Amino acid sequence: MPAPTAITRATLLKDLRLEWRSKDAINSMLFFSLLVVVVFSFSFDPSAEESRQIAGGLIWVAFLFAAVVALNQTWARELRNQVLDAYRVSPAPANSLFLAKALGNFIFVSVLEALMTPLFIAFYRLRAIGPAWQLLIVAMLGTWALVVNGTFFAAMSLRTRSREIMLPLLLFPISVPAILAMVQATTAILTGETGARFWIVLLVTYDLVFTTSCLLLFETVLNAE
Amino acid sequence: MKKAFPILGILTAILLSYALYMALVVAPTEQTMGDVQRIFYYHVPSAWTAFILFTINFVASILYLAMRKPAADIVALVSAEVGVVFCTIVLVTGPIWARPVWGIWWTWDMRLTSTLVLWLIYVSYLMLRRFSASGQTPLLAAALAVLGALCVPFVYFSIWFLRTQHPQPVMGGGGSIDPRMLHVLLINWLAFSCFAFLVCWSRYRLGKLQREVEQAQALESLTQAPRSMR
Amino acid sequence: MPANGPADTAPVITVSSLVKQFGRFAALRGVSAEFSGGKLYAVLGDNGAGKTTLLRTLAGLNQPTSGQVTILGASKFHDICRQVGYMAHPSLLYDEMSGMENLAYFARLYGIADGSRCAEVIRSVGLDPDLARPVGQYSQGMRQRMSLARALLNDPKILLLDEPFSNVDIHSATDMVRLLARTRDQGKTIFVVTHQAQLLAGAADEFIWMQAGQIVGRTHDLKPPEGTN
Repeated sequence: MPAPTAITRATLLKDLRLEWRSKDAINSMLFFSLLVVVVFSFSFDPSAEESRQIAGGLIWVAFLFAAVVALNQTWARELRNQVLDAYRVSPAPANSLFLAKALGNFIFVSVLEALMTPLFIAFYRLRAIGPAWQLLIVAMLGTWALVVNGTFFAAMSLRTRSREIMLPLLLFPISVPAILAMVQATTAILTGETGARFWIVLLVTYDLVFTTSCLLLFETVLNAE
Repeated sequence: MKKAFPILGILTAILLSYALYMALVVAPTEQTMGDVQRIFYYHVPSAWTAFILFTINFVASILYLAMRKPAADIVALVSAEVGVVFCTIVLVTGPIWARPVWGIWWTWDMRLTSTLVLWLIYVSYLMLRRFSASGQTPLLAAALAVLGALCVPFVYFSIWFLRTQHPQPVMGGGGSIDPRMLHVLLINWLAFSCFAFLVCWSRYRLGKLQREVEQAQALESLTQAPRSMR
Repeated sequence: MPANGPADTAPVITVSSLVKQFGRFAALRGVSAEFSGGKLYAVLGDNGAGKTTLLRTLAGLNQPTSGQVTILGASKFHDICRQVGYMAHPSLLYDEMSGMENLAYFARLYGIADGSRCAEVIRSVGLDPDLARPVGQYSQGMRQRMSLARALLNDPKILLLDEPFSNVDIHSATDMVRLLARTRDQGKTIFVVTHQAQLLAGAADEFIWMQAGQIVGRTHDLKPPEGTN
């Protein structure tokens, strides 16, 4: 049996290489979230002091929609030429594939966040009043919450009609607590009014519960036909 | 079994009419809200019934994942469908009551919001069932049902914290309930549960029949020459 | 146990009353057969006869609705997946990567650490391992060869090939047939699903005729069995 971690690493590197060559996911994600930022700025005055109150929500909504673009791409890559079948006939464990895909998406969405955040700060003149380092933790935990479920549901929607529409329909309701936690924690840190501790703990628990259950269920979903 | 169905149907009808009578005539009129409060006898039992059905859906889905018995899948489907109907009743009766009492149709109050999210989760479950190809629906749906049910505590916990953090005017609730009201409430709950059970039962029989028809058609395609198709 | 010599006739694959339904449509309607090792089988039939479904079921990609598949004595595909090579109608390769990069990735999935194995298998199908062009820019013939190389990568005892010659020029196709015959002579069992039966006329040991989800006959030459159309 090949080591599961070696397969995860090989698959992750393969995905990064494919993305590096095509840049499909990252380009469409970047452009998409840029559009969201610009469109939002028309609906209210972005430089007003109140915008700090809603900036947390705004950032995450932009990232959430952009992440859906990336999540749909991950499995589309495996469906072209039905390469996924080659994985399924091999002795490699299903969960290695899942972890590689989730990590890959985590990297893509993190890159997006790193590129977009300066733009947000500039457009909305943000500065954190609370402890800014906590934002990093919130971003990492929140991004993982989105991509772990997103990767799972993207694999699930592969098996449905009109799969690109199916993904957000499945992902958004279950992500409500995570989105709420991310938004609230971000707002709490930006405004410095309350602590973000509760939300961070909630995110950690959410991540643990859903990572475990996705790993337990993924093989079933991958082999459902 | 087949004879029990009409008997249970008649019993449920009697129970429902009795519960209606109790709710509209016997139960005392609430002092501040007036007769509008009586919708509470539909609102709360519907909510309880929906929660029970969603719990059944969770258990049936786990059973299906473990044993792959088609019956468990039908139970999961039926409980989710009927659960969504009752959850919809909750979401509709809530604002009807809120409008005259609070003066607003909707507020992002903890219970309203979490019920709405719950409703969204199970509607997405039904959507998945509708959009996936027939052979794989049970497995995918069961996986989603498990994740959805795991999500429920997070929904309640996060919204509870959100709403306690930003205190809102105290609305409804609070204080003890008149024992006569509680009595009527419980009778209504019993009637609603019986009704839900009856609907689930007949829906289950329909689901089973559908399954049998599909099987018969498949069997037919096994014995007759099929059309040219991949 | 596995057949190593061409002379060994113990069945390596046993299929018993295999039924596969997709919803209301039955793709396989009770297929029972035994296949012995070291032979090249050509699976023939019209579109919708169930050839691809049979192959996918053998490859563990479809779960049978009822019935059983036993390969090399195992009923669970996962136990013997290292002994099976599968080539589908699509290439099962990443278009954006070169042939060597593709195979290097799949080698990792099988835990093949030996780096020279990929180059060796690419050479065996008549391609150049150093070709840097991504597979997406290959001609159809080259892509099918590379796809065959992927199926051969883990040195399988059983090869399942779905339409390996489709859209391949006649020169490449005869090359591939020669390679398959050579592989069979090494004691491997090969299934080829194809519409171009005449290509295999000289090479195949047996022709399996499928119609409407059933095996309707097995012949040693290209003459369709009695009662088929």
